[in-house]
Amino acid sequence: MLEQLNQIEKTALESLAAVDDQRALDAWRVTHIGRSSPLMLVFAGLGKLSKEERPIVGAAANRVKTALEAAFEEKARAIKEAALAKSLAEEALDVTLPGRTVHVGRLHPSTQQLRRVLAILAEMGFQVYTSREVETDEYNFQFLNFPPNHPARDMQDTFFVEAGERGENPILLRTHTSPGQIHAMREFAKMNPDNPPPIRIALPGMCFRYEQITARSEIQFNQVEGLAVGENITFADLKGTLNDFARRMFGQGARTRFRASYFPFTEPSAEMDVECFVCGGKGCGVCKNSGWLEILGCGMVHPVVLQNGGYDPKRYSGYAWGMGPERQLMLRYRIDDIRYFWGNDLRFLEQF
Amino acid sequence: MKLPISWLKEYIDLDGLSVEEIARKLTLAGLEVDEIKYAGLPMPAKREGQRHEFKTSGLAWDRDKIVVAEIRQVNPHPNADRLTLLDLFDGEQDQVVLTGAPNIFHLKGAGKLPKPIKVAYAKEGATIYDGHADGLALTTLKRAKIRGVDSYSMACSEKELGISEDHEGIIILDDDAPVGMPLVDYMGDAVLDISILPNMARNANVLGVARELAALTGRELKKPVIEYRTTGESVEHLVSIEITEPELNPRFVLGLIRNVEIKPSPYQIQRRLRLAGIRPINNIVDATNYAMLDQGEPLHAFDYDVLKARAGGKNVKIITRPAVDGEKLTTLDGVERTLTSTNVLVCDEKGPLSMAGVMGGAESEVTEKTRNVLLEGAAWNFINIRKTANQHNLPSEASFRFSRGVHPSLAETGVRRGLQLMAAWSGGAIAPGLVDSYPLPPNESKVTVTAKDVKRLLGIDLTLEQIASLLTPLEFKCEITDTRLLVTSPSHRLDMGEGVVGLADVLEEVARSYGYDKLPETHMADALPPQIGNPIHEWEEHVRDLLVNLGLQEIVSYRLTSPERESRVTTFDDYVTLANPIAPERRVMRRSLAASVLEAAEKNARADSIALFEIGPVFEPRPGDLPREPRKLALLMTGLRETLAWDVKDSPTFDFYDMKGRIQLLLSGLHYTDITYASAASIPHLHPGKAAEVRIGDVRVGVFGELHPLVKDRYELGEAPVLLAEFDLDALRRIPPVYGIRPVPEVPPVLEDIAVIVDETTPASKVDALIRQTGGKVLAHVRLFDVYRGEQIGAGKKSLAYSLTYQSDRTMTDAEAAAIRKKIIKRLEQELGAKLRS
Repeated sequence: MLEQLNQIEKTALESLAAVDDQRALDAWRVTHIGRSSPLMLVFAGLGKLSKEERPIVGAAANRVKTALEAAFEEKARAIKEAALAKSLAEEALDVTLPGRTVHVGRLHPSTQQLRRVLAILAEMGFQVYTSREVETDEYNFQFLNFPPNHPARDMQDTFFVEAGERGENPILLRTHTSPGQIHAMREFAKMNPDNPPPIRIALPGMCFRYEQITARSEIQFNQVEGLAVGENITFADLKGTLNDFARRMFGQGARTRFRASYFPFTEPSAEMDVECFVCGGKGCGVCKNSGWLEILGCGMVHPVVLQNGGYDPKRYSGYAWGMGPERQLMLRYRIDDIRYFWGNDLRFLEQF
Repeated sequence: MKLPISWLKEYIDLDGLSVEEIARKLTLAGLEVDEIKYAGLPMPAKREGQRHEFKTSGLAWDRDKIVVAEIRQVNPHPNADRLTLLDLFDGEQDQVVLTGAPNIFHLKGAGKLPKPIKVAYAKEGATIYDGHADGLALTTLKRAKIRGVDSYSMACSEKELGISEDHEGIIILDDDAPVGMPLVDYMGDAVLDISILPNMARNANVLGVARELAALTGRELKKPVIEYRTTGESVEHLVSIEITEPELNPRFVLGLIRNVEIKPSPYQIQRRLRLAGIRPINNIVDATNYAMLDQGEPLHAFDYDVLKARAGGKNVKIITRPAVDGEKLTTLDGVERTLTSTNVLVCDEKGPLSMAGVMGGAESEVTEKTRNVLLEGAAWNFINIRKTANQHNLPSEASFRFSRGVHPSLAETGVRRGLQLMAAWSGGAIAPGLVDSYPLPPNESKVTVTAKDVKRLLGIDLTLEQIASLLTPLEFKCEITDTRLLVTSPSHRLDMGEGVVGLADVLEEVARSYGYDKLPETHMADALPPQIGNPIHEWEEHVRDLLVNLGLQEIVSYRLTSPERESRVTTFDDYVTLANPIAPERRVMRRSLAASVLEAAEKNARADSIALFEIGPVFEPRPGDLPREPRKLALLMTGLRETLAWDVKDSPTFDFYDMKGRIQLLLSGLHYTDITYASAASIPHLHPGKAAEVRIGDVRVGVFGELHPLVKDRYELGEAPVLLAEFDLDALRRIPPVYGIRPVPEVPPVLEDIAVIVDETTPASKVDALIRQTGGKVLAHVRLFDVYRGEQIGAGKKSLAYSLTYQSDRTMTDAEAAAIRKKIIKRLEQELGAKLRS
């Protein structure tokens, strides 16, 4: 009997070794540990055995049963694992295939740059002030200390609008956002004409110059100007503010220099250069070898301009500066053709 | 302005300063150096991977290899007719040099010269420019046989030494050139090309730049001494001046020099003029140009005998006056010019002689035959000269200066300097005196400055003595009285004002002299301004963000367009029109943003999918007045709805409802309610059946729809329908948003579908509205999930299937939901004749 049990176990285990899928395993289970398997028949025949034999054979049969069931569980787990491994292997993707994209909206690069600039200025206390794009000669030039026929007008070639005879005050497309300086000063001065309040504004907007459209020159461009007017504002404050701005815009290590310059609406006037962020000041194509990039023009608001804005230059002073977001983008992204900006080619716009 | 350093050094000691240091100082003080061209002087060394601080070009001359030499004999070449052999002494030894130079060729076979000719001699191994190359190509002199004669060195032309483009002959130096001296020591130079700002015309001359450098370096300015001997009858007895309009001609000065010999100027003078960009002509014309570059006063030389002859032998009378309209004058470039009354003429009693301050006349100009020269220095109204020069398109060195303002005091200085140079270079005799008519001297600018002013505007503490010491080198006269400094402008400056303007003018000079780089950096101590913000700007930025989040690309178009371009989509009667457009297709300011986005779509027609928007003004003209600039928004979508990929081979194209969905999301993002969409069949550029207007409350804020096929045909666009929307942002912005949220329920919703069959003509919005109305508060969402037409339901009918979401604040029973559903169906049946679709 014990011999037979050993044989049953041996046959069952040998047969199990050959099992390699779930179906065979199920069949094995019926054959070897199922209700009518030889092993179960041994259990069924226990009653017929003698009192002495019964516990011995019973114990042996139980041992075989436990062994076969353990072997079965083991096999079942192995088959499951193999099946999972197989299916995982089969499901493997080519991870190098491109991912799926969606239509993404973007702001125009000029809007993006305007926002960068205005965000920094906002934190420095400069509020956005906007004004019209078609202007009078007075606002664009005369109030800003460009008298009619002044040579400084050569610096700003102008588009004039057909508007009938208007003498020395023709209508034109603004050549800079500076007319907004006068609009703003007058608006603020009106709040309290005897004691006009201080002003800190940023003036963004589209400007126009009579130019041919080439890689280097455009008929329209954005400008951002800053204007601060108050009772204690100095040229040293202008340097402090613009250096702060440069450090925020170009990095805390940005070095600047101020060169004397000329604008009719500021005096003293200056150009601020920032050390070339492409070559670190060594000289390269972007900075035309100088190591410096011209970033903005600035100066103390001219007394005539303060006066035209309703601010007494004996009491008030101020500074102003102007810069071009498209120029900043061209430097940052090494864009060598200014026509991209209004060309509206999606292949350009999608890169920002 | 091109400025040779050698000239500058006559007026200021620049020892110990490199050319680049000088250029840097000038640049920071507002005299921006655009380029440095070396013509002999050593160029700064370049370190690895670095470039020059300034745009740099030119040639440095090797001290040992390029020297002054003299030609002692000119012999023919034994085997070449066109060549000569020069016996030349370079200070150390004799050399034989081959040349084909035409300015030596006439001496061929002359043998030993009575007077040696001084030349610029480049020895074997010297690096110079190749005179025969097209551009500037460096070459190193090597030994070679030319027709049997050894050649290893050469007498150089200006081109070979980088002085000018001239390769017509070799340089013949002045007789006093010291043989054997390194050429760089004798005439090595570097030229600064300086941009002159409009307010710095006073510095468009050598003396002006030297004065600036004196102030910047603390070195002494050594002005040229203008003294000369005079002989003969005084010019005051021979010539008179009549100025008819002092406003246009505040001063006119004449001097006379007799018995000049017209010949070339000394070589050093010619070289300097060439480096300064002026072509040498002869000693008299060169003297006028040299004096102008030196002092800043443009001069004009008349042939005195021509004027005398025109006066019939009598005394010459010079008259300045505006031209008569249509009056003609042939200028010295040979062009007959028709003048207008805005041009000023210099005339004699017979008629016009020259265009004042712009260009001389042909008849009275200096020629080879001239013996006696009448020299003019005058002051003109800068605005008038600017207009005249522009009108006749005559930019010149003279009009450049006069149109920016030249102080009348320079008229006299200039004439005296010119006469001095003419006498030195031509052997002429200067007549005593000057004829000087000075009816309108400019106001002298006097400004009072205090230390407080300097502190208030520049932010630095300076004593009055310190302020004075910054201004004196620029030749301001400074008097300290107590707590004030009285600053009087020098007599060469027209740019200094009075009062508060004068103060700003003076403080700019203080700051420049002090050095912008030395000024401190401070933070504003002033009170904060009133916070007014910019609600329009902020709101538009919000709109931009919403649209970008909806997958639309922002574009920015040219504001300038043409009526023809816009008329492809819409036409307008009037435009803001430019008087001076750059091109016909950019002659008006746009009126339609739809035209802008359509042009952008056309430009990108090859893209699979286009979804873009633009925000900006359009320009509505008002006669004789500034235009209105209303703000608009345009959206455009066309092409594939999905992005194609390796497993997405195809996609439906955008249609009306894609656009409508974006608009719905935009308006809900702006928190608007009470929005209605109504069919709008009469918008000419939109498909009559696929167009809608958008109202919020009673206000029509925009229209959208599919582009009319006939309009689409006018553009080069793809096959797919083009969806276009236009909004009036000013109208939209004025609508008050309604803020509020629905609480998020905690109990689960009950979901139910319902499909009804209605007539094709019944708008879905009606069905939707009725369902919502009947469902009441518990009906939280109604979503149309299917629209079906087909035989099953019969012709002229459509089936609308809705998913309904009931949401109560407590759990709803099925019976409650069924009751509402029953009510909804009943109302749909009664009011719209709908039938439940089972």
